[in-house]
Amino acid sequence: MSGKWSRFNIVSIVLGFAFLYLPIVILVLFSFNASKLVTVWGGFSIKWYYSLFQNQGLIDAAWVTLRVGFISATAATVLGTLAALALTRYTRFRGRVLFSGMVFAPLVMPEVITGLSLLLLFVAIGLDRGFLTVTLAHITFSMCFVAVVVQSRLLTFDRSIEEAAMDLGATPVRTFFQITLPVILPAIVSGWMLAFTLSLDDLVIASFTSGPGATTLPMKIYSQVRLGVTPEINAACTLLIALVAIGVIAASIVNKRREVQRLRDEQAAQRT
Amino acid sequence: MQSLGSIRRDFAPWADPEVRPYIVFENVTKRFGDFTAVNNLSLSIYEREFFALLGASGCGKSTLLRMLAGFDDPTAGRILLDGQDLRGIPPYRRPVNMMFQSYALFPHMTVEQNVAFGLKQEGMAKPEIAQRVAEMLKLVKLTQFAKRKPHQLSGGQRQRVALARSVAKRPKVLLLDEPLGALDKKLREETQFELMDLQQNLGLTFVIVTHDQEEAMTMADRIAILEKGEVMQVATPAEIYEAPGSRYVASFVGNINMFEGTLARHDGNGTEIRLADGMVIRSESGANVPAGTQVAFAIRPEKIAVSSRPPADGLNAAEGEIYDIAYLGDMTVYNVRLANGQMVKTTSLNASRVVQDPLTWHDRAWISFRPDAGVILTR
Amino acid sequence: MAETTANTASVGSVQSETSGMGRSILGAITNRLVIIVPYLWLLFFFLVPFAIVFKISLSQTAISMPPYTPVFGFDNFLESVRDLSFDNYVWLTEDALYFRAYVSSLFIAAVSTLLTLLVGYPIAYGMARAPTAIRPTLLMLVILPFWTSFLIRVYAWIGILKPEGLLNQVLLATGIIDQPLIILNTNIAIFIGIVYSYLPFMVLPLYSALEKMDYSLIEAAQDLGCRPIAAFWKITFPLSLSGVVAGCLLVFIPAVGEFVIPDLLGGSQTLMIGKTLWSEFFNNRDWPVASAVAVILLLILVVPIMFFQSAQARAQEQGRT
Repeated sequence: MSGKWSRFNIVSIVLGFAFLYLPIVILVLFSFNASKLVTVWGGFSIKWYYSLFQNQGLIDAAWVTLRVGFISATAATVLGTLAALALTRYTRFRGRVLFSGMVFAPLVMPEVITGLSLLLLFVAIGLDRGFLTVTLAHITFSMCFVAVVVQSRLLTFDRSIEEAAMDLGATPVRTFFQITLPVILPAIVSGWMLAFTLSLDDLVIASFTSGPGATTLPMKIYSQVRLGVTPEINAACTLLIALVAIGVIAASIVNKRREVQRLRDEQAAQRT
Repeated sequence: MQSLGSIRRDFAPWADPEVRPYIVFENVTKRFGDFTAVNNLSLSIYEREFFALLGASGCGKSTLLRMLAGFDDPTAGRILLDGQDLRGIPPYRRPVNMMFQSYALFPHMTVEQNVAFGLKQEGMAKPEIAQRVAEMLKLVKLTQFAKRKPHQLSGGQRQRVALARSVAKRPKVLLLDEPLGALDKKLREETQFELMDLQQNLGLTFVIVTHDQEEAMTMADRIAILEKGEVMQVATPAEIYEAPGSRYVASFVGNINMFEGTLARHDGNGTEIRLADGMVIRSESGANVPAGTQVAFAIRPEKIAVSSRPPADGLNAAEGEIYDIAYLGDMTVYNVRLANGQMVKTTSLNASRVVQDPLTWHDRAWISFRPDAGVILTR
Repeated sequence: MAETTANTASVGSVQSETSGMGRSILGAITNRLVIIVPYLWLLFFFLVPFAIVFKISLSQTAISMPPYTPVFGFDNFLESVRDLSFDNYVWLTEDALYFRAYVSSLFIAAVSTLLTLLVGYPIAYGMARAPTAIRPTLLMLVILPFWTSFLIRVYAWIGILKPEGLLNQVLLATGIIDQPLIILNTNIAIFIGIVYSYLPFMVLPLYSALEKMDYSLIEAAQDLGCRPIAAFWKITFPLSLSGVVAGCLLVFIPAVGEFVIPDLLGGSQTLMIGKTLWSEFFNNRDWPVASAVAVILLLILVVPIMFFQSAQARAQEQGRT
C-alpha cells in the first residue's frame, strides 16, 4: 500500500512512538538521578551505576542470565530452524497438524501455564531445579519463535536455486549447507537474537523452573522491585537497554551498509 | 498532403472548427520532486472519441490519466471537462471512471458486489442497482459468474469485471490504463474489438493509455504519441503510420527505413534528396523547408520492392546484397545491405504459396520504391 | 490430506511431498531427522507436561516435597486410580474468588485487546502509507522496545503512574488537575500496561496486512464515488481483517494469563487468574490447586488458541502460493 502520507498518518505514528519510547527514555534519564527519590530530579550522577557494580547478587544474576540466554538461544535456533524446515518443506507427514500446533501454541500460551507445566515435568522426572532446567525451559518456548521467524523466510525462498545446485551436481546435504543455509542465514541470525532476548527477558517461566543458585536477572530485578523502587535497578535497566540498542542498531547499520553497497553495485552494473 | 481519416469515416470532430472539445489539457505540467512527468502539455479530446495515449514507460501517459481521474493534481495548467475546470474536484465527485491496470477488483466482494459498488455510492435504489448490474454482467457475458469472488476468475474474466464495474455508472468519460496489458495475445485481440463495440454502443468517450502501438492503432480514432512528458504528434492511426511528423514518431510506430540527406531541389513535380554517397531520392511528398536543409527520407519496409534484376526505369533504385532473410509465413523480410553500408529492411507479402524464393543469402539484389511511397521528415 | 491421521502422534513414517522435492533436498535420512528431532522435543517438553499438569490437578495436596501425593505410579496403578480426586476442581467451584478471577481476567484482556487495536491501527496504517524508503526504519522502531526487557518496561510505568509520579506531576503543574489521579493499583493501570507491552504484537500483523494491500483498490473505490472515510470502512478495514484477527489473538490470549502486569501495576485488589495461579503455587504451595487452575485456564483458552493456529496455518498456505 502506498498513496499519500497524510498529516493524520504522521501524527498517529509520532504519538504512537512517543507512547512506546517515553517510558524507556524516562527510565534512562532517572538512572542518572542523584536523588534516591525516583521521580524527583536531584541532579546528574552516576552513583547508581557505581553501586550497581558493588552489588554482587545482581552481577551473579546477570552472569547466570547471559549463560542461560546464550546456550538456550543457540539450541533453540537449531531446533527452531529444523522445525521451520519440517513445516515448510514437508506438507504431509503423520501428525503434522499436531506438530504445527505445538510450534504455534507456545507463542500465545500464558507463561504461567508453560512455567508450571515444565516445572511439574522436571519434578516428575526427578531433575533438580537449577541452571539446566531453566535452560531447557527457555529452549522449549524460544524455539517456537525461531521457527516462526525462519519459516517466514523459507516461504519466500526460491526453490529453483536448490534445483540448480543439484543439477550442477551438488548432493542434497551439500546443497543445504552451501545454498539453502547461506540464503536463510539472516533469518536464522535474527531468530537467535530473538531467542536470546526472550531468554534474557523472561521472569515467569524462570521463576517456576529455576532453583537455588540459578537466580536470573529478571528474578532479581522483580524481587527488588517488589520491595520498592530502587535507582540501582534503573541503572541496571539502562545498561540492558543500551546493550540491546547497540546490538540492534549495529545489526541494522551493517544491513544498511550492505544494502547501499548492493544498490551501488547494481547501478554500476547498469552503467557498463 | 492527402488527408487520412479515421476508421469511422463519418467521425472526425477534430477537423470541424465548430465542435467544442470535450476534454482539454491546457498547458498542463506535473512535477514529482525534481522529475517532470508532464511538461507544458496541451491536448484536446472530443466527445465519443476513442483516444489513445501511446508512449514508452515513463513518458507521462499514466500521469495524464491519473490527473484526469483526480488522483493527482497538475502542478500548473488546467484540465477542463465539458467546459468545467476540474481542479480541486476529488476523484469521487468526477464524472469519469477508470479501469485500472491491475483491475483493482475488491477481493472481498463478489463480481456482483464489485459492479454494484459505484452505483451504491450514488445512492441508487436497490432494484435499479440489481437491474443495472444484471445488464452490465450480460454485456460482458459474465452473468453466470455473478456470485464468484475475483480470485475464482480467469484473467480475461477479471478484466471484464473491471470493465463492467467502470462503465456501470455510465461515466461521461472512461479512462483505461493499459486495459489489455495482462492478457495473452489471442485474448487481447478479441478484447480489442469488444472494447470498440462497447464504446460504440454506449456512446462514451474513451481515453486509453497503452504502450502497445498495435493496440492503439486497432482501437483508437486518434492517437497522441508522448515522449518525456510532451506530445510528439496527435493524429489518426493512418496518419501516424503513413505521415509521421518526426523521426521519433516514424521510428516509434512500426518499422521504418530512414535515409539522411539534404534537400536538393523541390518544385511542382516533387522533391529531390541527395544522400551523402551521391544517391538521389525523388519523392512526391512536399517539404516546407528551403533547399539545403538536412532532412530524412522515411519509408516503410512494405513499400520497398526487392528483386534480383535492376528495375526498368531505374528511378529510386539501389543495388545491394541480401544480408538476412526471415520467412514469416504471411510475408518475408529481407534485410538488404546497400553499397554504402546502410541496411534496408523490406517486407514482401507472400500472396501466392512460395515454392522457391528466387533470392537467397548473399545474392545481389536491387531495391526500388515509387516516388509517393515515403515521407520527408524535417524534425 | 493428513488430517485423518493427524491425531496419532506417530512420526515413524514420513511421507515427503508427492513431488519428491523434500526428499531430494535433504536426503532420505536427514529428511526424517529434520522432523523427528524438533517433534520429539516438543512432545516431551510441551505436550507431556500438560498431561502431568492434568494428572497433578487430580491429586491430593500434601505437606511434603513435592507437595502432592503421587498418582499413577507404575507399581501401584490400581491404588492410584482409586486415589484420583476431583477435590481441587470442586474447590475451584466452591470458592467464588476463582470464578471472579477468571471472569475478570477475560474482561481485562478483552478491554485491553480492544484498546490495543484502537491504538495500534492508526500506527500500522500510518506505517503502511509511509514512503517505502522509511518503512524498514519505522518497522524497526516498533520492534525495538520489544527487544528491551518486558519487566523493565512495565516497571517504568510505576514511576509514571503512581500518585506522586511523573504523570501527576505534569498534570498538576499544568493545572489540568488539582488532585493527583489514582491510576496505579487500578484496572486502568493494567490496561495501560497491557496496551503498552503488547502494542508491537498488534501493530506488526496489522502492518503486514495493510502493507500488502494494493493502493489502487482505494483509488478504484474513490473513482467509483466513495469518499475517503467510506472507502476506509468498505475496503481497507475488511481487507485488513486477517491482521486484526491475528493481532487481537496475539494480545488477548497471553493477556488472559498475564502475571507481571497485574502484579506490578494492579496492586493487591486486582483479580487476574495468572496472579491467582502464581500465589497458589508460590505462596500457598498448593500445587494441585495451581494445576487445576491452569487446566481450567487452558480449557478457556483452547478455542482462541485453535483459532489462532488455523489463522496461522491459513496465512502460511497463502504465503506458499
